[in-house]
Amino acid sequence: MIKKMFRGSLAILGLVSAVSGAAETPASLMANYAQAAGVPVSGLSAKRGEMLYRTEHPGRDGQPVSCAACHTANPQQAGRTRVGKRIEPMAPIANPERFTDAAKVEKWFRRNCTDVLQRECSAQEKGDFIAWLSQAR
Amino acid sequence: MNYLLRGIGVVAAVGVISLLAFSLPSPSGEARGDGGGEVLPRLTHKAWQQECASCHIAYAPAFLPKASWRRVMGGLDQHFGENASLDPATQADILRFLEANAADAGTSQMGNRVMRSMGAKDAPMRITETRWFVRKHDEVSRAVWSRKSVGSAANCAACHRQADQGVFNEDAVRIPK
Repeated sequence: MIKKMFRGSLAILGLVSAVSGAAETPASLMANYAQAAGVPVSGLSAKRGEMLYRTEHPGRDGQPVSCAACHTANPQQAGRTRVGKRIEPMAPIANPERFTDAAKVEKWFRRNCTDVLQRECSAQEKGDFIAWLSQAR
Repeated sequence: MNYLLRGIGVVAAVGVISLLAFSLPSPSGEARGDGGGEVLPRLTHKAWQQECASCHIAYAPAFLPKASWRRVMGGLDQHFGENASLDPATQADILRFLEANAADAGTSQMGNRVMRSMGAKDAPMRITETRWFVRKHDEVSRAVWSRKSVGSAANCAACHRQADQGVFNEDAVRIPK
């Protein structure tokens, strides 16, 4: 248990140190999240990631919300914020800048998971999510 | 080795001097930026532009008084129904910039105009709630606001196509179908 916690905090330290500049890739972020979740990278599931992206949840105002609501059903397309501003596509194949900045990735998971799920996402969920988006062709 | 150190010194000195030169307010700053009409001072602030403009245009600080910006920046975890939280350092940095250029900071004609119809204790959360905004848009019908191409009154750039550059004059307005 303690060993697992130690491993988890090491992985978080890894994430934080990545914040200080080095460019990340979807693969390196997946590796970091898998490590933080205590699973091998092969333990990340694109299928679960897709579910997370598409499933509607009751939002704060009772209206159903999902990632796809703003990012559209096809993550290779641009989405729109609630006030109508363009959101660049989520899938790295359509937007190579996606998942290259650990701090930015963490910021948006923190914000958007709380908006959609009313809680933060786990490292496993974050890894699954990137696994799904980065395999889009 | 000595040359290397000296080279670094020179580069650093040049960098610092040019940084200072660009960040000091120029005497003509007011006239250059604040066109007097519906044109706002051209402001640059990295975090304001990067963070605020990820979801909407980076609304000009001159549209709301300091007290409003303090309320907005103090509640980013519930920002008009969305979590827009920032790390504390970035949040403080942006608030300082907003306060320094707020409607009641006396740094822009637009701000002065916004303040003219604002009570001393008013601290509206939305620009669209200010009397100045309401009066300026009184000819825009409800149907126009609800057009899909407009989306919301928060979407300045739908009609003010150069809103992100601080240009709001009436000649530049194009209301989308």
